[in-house]
Amino acid sequence: MSLVNYIYLSAILFSIGGAVVLLRRNAIIVFMGVELMLNAANLAFITFARMHGQLDGQVIALFVMVVASAEVVVGLAIIMAIFRSRRSASIDNANLLKA
Amino acid sequence: MPTVFEAPEINWAAIAPMLVVMAGGLIGIVVEAFVPRRRRHSVQVALSVVALVLAFVALVTLTVDNRVKTLGGSVVMDGMSVFLQGSLIVFGLLGVLTMAEKFGGDRPDAFTPMGAAIPGSAYEAAADRAGLATSEVFPLALFSLSGMMMFVAAGDLITMFVALEVLSLPLYVLVGLARRRRLLSQEASLKYFLLGAFASAFFLFGSALLYGYAATTDLDGIAAAITETRPGLEPLLVPAILLVLVGLLFKVGAVPFHSWTPDAYQGAPTPVTGFMAAATKLAAFGAILRFVYVGVEGTRWSWEVGLAVIAALTMVVGAVLSVTQTDIKRLLAYSSIAHAGFILVGVLAFSTLGLRGVMFYLLAYGLMTIAAFAIVSMVRQGGTEATQLSQWAGLGQRHPILAATFGFLLLAFAGIPLTSGFTAKFAAFAPAIESGTLGVVLVVIGVLASAVTAFVYVRIIVLMYFSDATSEDVVAAEASPLTTAAVAVGAVATVVLGIVPGPVLELAAQASELIR
Repeated sequence: MSLVNYIYLSAILFSIGGAVVLLRRNAIIVFMGVELMLNAANLAFITFARMHGQLDGQVIALFVMVVASAEVVVGLAIIMAIFRSRRSASIDNANLLKA
Repeated sequence: MPTVFEAPEINWAAIAPMLVVMAGGLIGIVVEAFVPRRRRHSVQVALSVVALVLAFVALVTLTVDNRVKTLGGSVVMDGMSVFLQGSLIVFGLLGVLTMAEKFGGDRPDAFTPMGAAIPGSAYEAAADRAGLATSEVFPLALFSLSGMMMFVAAGDLITMFVALEVLSLPLYVLVGLARRRRLLSQEASLKYFLLGAFASAFFLFGSALLYGYAATTDLDGIAAAITETRPGLEPLLVPAILLVLVGLLFKVGAVPFHSWTPDAYQGAPTPVTGFMAAATKLAAFGAILRFVYVGVEGTRWSWEVGLAVIAALTMVVGAVLSVTQTDIKRLLAYSSIAHAGFILVGVLAFSTLGLRGVMFYLLAYGLMTIAAFAIVSMVRQGGTEATQLSQWAGLGQRHPILAATFGFLLLAFAGIPLTSGFTAKFAAFAPAIESGTLGVVLVVIGVLASAVTAFVYVRIIVLMYFSDATSEDVVAAEASPLTTAAVAVGAVATVVLGIVPGPVLELAAQASELIR
C-alpha cells in the first residue's frame, strides 16, 4: 500500500476531529476531538518520516504525545472544576460571558 | 539511516535567562511544598522577583554577547530574541507585582483561596477562613514566562510547539483562579483552553505538513527547501503555512480567531489579564515574525494577501466592536484585538525597519496594557471590581490622579502624539507604507480604525471627568507600593517612549537582526 494513503487517512482524522470540536456540545467530547487532531498530526509526522527515511518525525511524535498528555491533565482539571460547579459539562451552558 | 548520535553543542550563556526563569518556577514548586503557609506568599513573591531580576541580568551580561544558534538549531538567540526576552522579563516583573497585590487584606486579592473548591460551597468558605491562598500562581506565571521566552527564540517548529504549550497550559489555569465571579472565571478558563487546544492542533498539523514538504522542521531548513523544487510535495506547502499561521494568529487574537479574547480577558483575574495581554501577544508576535521572516518568506506571494486580509479584518472588527462594549475589561480586550491588527501591518512590511517597528510596538503596548489593567483592578464598588463602564462615571472628580493616569494610558492606546502609542504606530506603519500598495492600503485602514478606537477612549475620558457619578461608593482601593510601582513604571515608560523614543528605537534597531 502506498504511503500516501496514510497521509490521506491523517487528513481525514484531522477533519473528523475538527468537526467534533465544532459540532459536539460536551466539553469532554470536544476535548477528544482535539486529541484526535493531535494524533492525526502524529500519524502524518510518522508517515513523512518513513517517506523521507528519517527518524526525526518519529521523535517528534513522542514529543507530541508528552505534550498532549500534559494538556489532558490541565484540560480535564478545568472541565472537572466546571462540571462540579454547574453539574454539567455542556459548553452551551457555559454562557455567562457575553458581549 | 542516521549515524552515531552526536550531542548538540549547548551555549549555556545564551540560554541562561530561560533557565533562570524555569529554575525560579521549579524552586517555587518546592517552596509551595515546604514553606509554612503564612510565609509562603512573601517567599514566592520574593523568589519570583529575584528570579526575574537575575534572568534580566543574565540577559544583558551573558546573552547579548552570545548571539548564537544553539541546542542543535532549536534555540536561536539573535537580536530579536534578546530584545523580546528582555521585554518579556520586564512584563513578567510588572505582572508579578500586580498579582501580589493584597489591597490591605491578608492574601493576594485577585485569586481564589482554593481553586479546586466549588464556588460558593462550604469547602470554599472553610478554605477562606483557614487563610489559604493560591500562592502557586507565581510559579505558574514563571513557567508561562519561560515558555514565552522559548517561543520567541524557537528555531524549529517542534520547539515552537512545545514552547506554545508550556506558555499556554499555566495560563489556562491562571485564568480560572479569580477570587470573585468564579463561575465567569472558570468559564473563561474552559473557553480559552478548548479554543487554545484547538488552535495548537492546527499549528501541529501545519508543522507536520511542512515537515512532509521540507523533510525538516528547522525554519532555515524549510526556507532552503522552499527555494528548491520538490516534485510531488508542492501542494503541501501553502496549506501547511496557512495552518501554522492559524495556530499563531489565534494566540495574538487576530480576527477571525479572536473569539476567545474578550471572554478570557473578562473572566480572568485582572492582574492575569494584564500579564496575558502584554506577554502572550508579544511572545506570539515574536513567533510569527520568526516563522514568517526566517521560515517561509520565500513563498510570500502565495499567502501575503491572506495575512493582509486578516490584518485589515482584525483592525476593523476590533475597533468597531470596542464601540459597543459596556465592560471595561471587554473593551480593553477588543482594543487589544485592534492593536494585534496594527502590529500585523508592521509585520507585513517585510523589512528590517518593520521588524524594529513591531518590536518597539510590542514593548510599548505591553507596558501600557499592564498599567491599564492594574488600574482596572483598583477601581472597586462594594469590594468587587467595578468593571461596568457606567460605574466609572465621575471617577475623575474623586480620584483625579488615578483617572488622569488611566486617561493618559487610553490616549496612548489611541496613538495620540507625545505618547508611546503614537511612536509605536509610526514605527510600525512607516515601513509598511514603503513596502508597496498593499502596505499603503493597510495603513489607511489602520489610521481609520485608530480614529474609531480614539472615539471609544475619549468617551471613557469624558465619562470619567464630565459626568456625574451614578453611585458614591465606587472607589479606588488603596494600592500597596507593588501595584503603584507597576502602574508608575507603565505610565512613565509610556511618557518617555512618547517624548524621547530615540534610545529604545535605537536599541530595537540594533536588535532587529535575525540569525538564519
